[in-house]
Amino acid sequence: MNNLQQKAQQLLESGNYGLIVGYEKGTSGKARPVFIRKAEHASKLIFDESCDQNIAVYLYRQEIKHDKKKVIVANHHTLKSIVELAAENQVFDGDFMVLAFAENGDIIELNTFKEIEKHVATLYHGLTEAEAAMMKKIEDMSLEDRWAFWENEFSKCIKCYACRASCPMCYCPTCTVEINQPQWISVPSHTLGNLEWHVMRAMHLAGRCVTCGQCGKACPLELPIQLLTYKVALDSKQFFDSVAGTSICADNALAIYKPEDHENFIR
Amino acid sequence: MERKLLTKDSYRSLITKLIGQNYQVVAPVKKDTMIDFLKISSFDEITEDYIVTVSSAKTVAFPRNEKLFDYEKQNKKLTQQDYDFDSIPQSVLIGVRPCDAFGFHSLSSIFCWDSIDKIYTTRLERTTIIGLSCNKADDYCFCTSAKGSPGSTAGSDILLTKMTDGNYIVEIVTEKGAKLVADFSDLFTADGGADKESLLAKVAANFSVDDVLAKINSKFEDEAFWTEQAMRCIGCGACAYVCPTCACFDIQDESHGGKGHRVRCWDSCGLSLFTLHTSGHNPRENQGQRWRQRLMHKFSYMPDRLNTIGCVGCGRCSRACPVDMNIAEHCMSIIEN
Repeated sequence: MNNLQQKAQQLLESGNYGLIVGYEKGTSGKARPVFIRKAEHASKLIFDESCDQNIAVYLYRQEIKHDKKKVIVANHHTLKSIVELAAENQVFDGDFMVLAFAENGDIIELNTFKEIEKHVATLYHGLTEAEAAMMKKIEDMSLEDRWAFWENEFSKCIKCYACRASCPMCYCPTCTVEINQPQWISVPSHTLGNLEWHVMRAMHLAGRCVTCGQCGKACPLELPIQLLTYKVALDSKQFFDSVAGTSICADNALAIYKPEDHENFIR
Repeated sequence: MERKLLTKDSYRSLITKLIGQNYQVVAPVKKDTMIDFLKISSFDEITEDYIVTVSSAKTVAFPRNEKLFDYEKQNKKLTQQDYDFDSIPQSVLIGVRPCDAFGFHSLSSIFCWDSIDKIYTTRLERTTIIGLSCNKADDYCFCTSAKGSPGSTAGSDILLTKMTDGNYIVEIVTEKGAKLVADFSDLFTADGGADKESLLAKVAANFSVDDVLAKINSKFEDEAFWTEQAMRCIGCGACAYVCPTCACFDIQDESHGGKGHRVRCWDSCGLSLFTLHTSGHNPRENQGQRWRQRLMHKFSYMPDRLNTIGCVGCGRCSRACPVDMNIAEHCMSIIEN
């Protein structure tokens, strides 16, 4: 047993905790979320580079939301989302414990939002090199080429909403696409309706996206839709100095009014 | 079953001639990062480097959006432009894996259940399906557990099996297939008697779908079981949309001013809105109930009412799932619990 499995076993045996949300080995060596309730199942838990899925989405899941004896094994994406969810009052202090990892693999127990926020401050918050290169490639395109790029991508979208379902910040119980009187967004998955959906979603995530890229990873058609929310995340930083997932106090660029805000970027 | 031989050069000629004769030829194409069924304009666009395409072949008969009719309202007068059946092209669908081809059987049983869906049936009638046997499989494939096989002819009009020399064994399955071969008879030569079985992928039968069918009804009321099965499921529609047998749809009006059209578009039982009543009541209020519906539909309701299984073992849903809800594993879990 490795240190995570031992730790999980101890926590469940202690009776103080009844559920561990983490990762297990799935099909073809892929990691996938797992829910461990018995100490004898703790050996299923894994934590390695394959565990890059953001699993904060499960914290407010109906079935376990009110279970105060839960633990979540968190990678850096999940940690940042927890901070942002805390800022938006979607998760509550003391409702769960977080098991994070130091660079040397040691387990770090985080019990309060303050502790999580402090730990998250030590993490890298920018895009990866590959992600930054993709952003640059698109930003360098002419307006016409960029339109053609996204038109091609949106033509493939089947509107399965895996992007929304996998995003921890897409927690609205009733999403705009589920309101049909009036119908804000087209239900059929044609290019224009798909554009409306993805642009609306990106705007709704302005200042809230923690750039985990989970929406793009979840897409069965591999649309690089994470680049849309990355763009608004980068703009939020540039224009409002707001980086999601860093503070447990709400300061979303589009949710806060500040008299000193400069609006000249709108021109 | 009558067999012929199609050389790789003749295959190229066949596809080129079909395109030349204005058939809509739909084939697996590598587009950006994915391989999917797309309309082609040249043989060179086709790829054979896939286990299965991302989306299923069902899109040819049951596209993700189908415009049912147009309408226009002017001075309180409503005019309607009905569906134009002449707009449905004669199509040839190539590179269809046996699992996908068999999916049309399940799909047709739904669209022809109590009333015949004329749009679906016309689209399918005007489509000739040229299947392609599987010479490779992956961890998601389980056709042999679901009454299929990598070389099954069921559902195809013609089934091709690629030989080591790059030429194809041709099995003529239906009259439609025979007609196509007759129309291009100069391209097909006498069968060389190659052993088809040795060319096929090996897919282990890890369970029998009959055992799932026998057990699943007794699990219906076991709420804890379904809650646990669906804990990982995040409630998107990816599984249903890539599935060759999922047939649920929504009807939507898209209008602009007084003009508009009515569209039939895919829907999924995994989405929370799917069963929401006007009153606000939702009979499937949690993901466990929605996941149960998905599996019950495939392994209980369709076998009971339509005498067919709603799963062909292609594994597409599991590949597309962002959280690895592997349907074969869930089937085994039903048998074991």
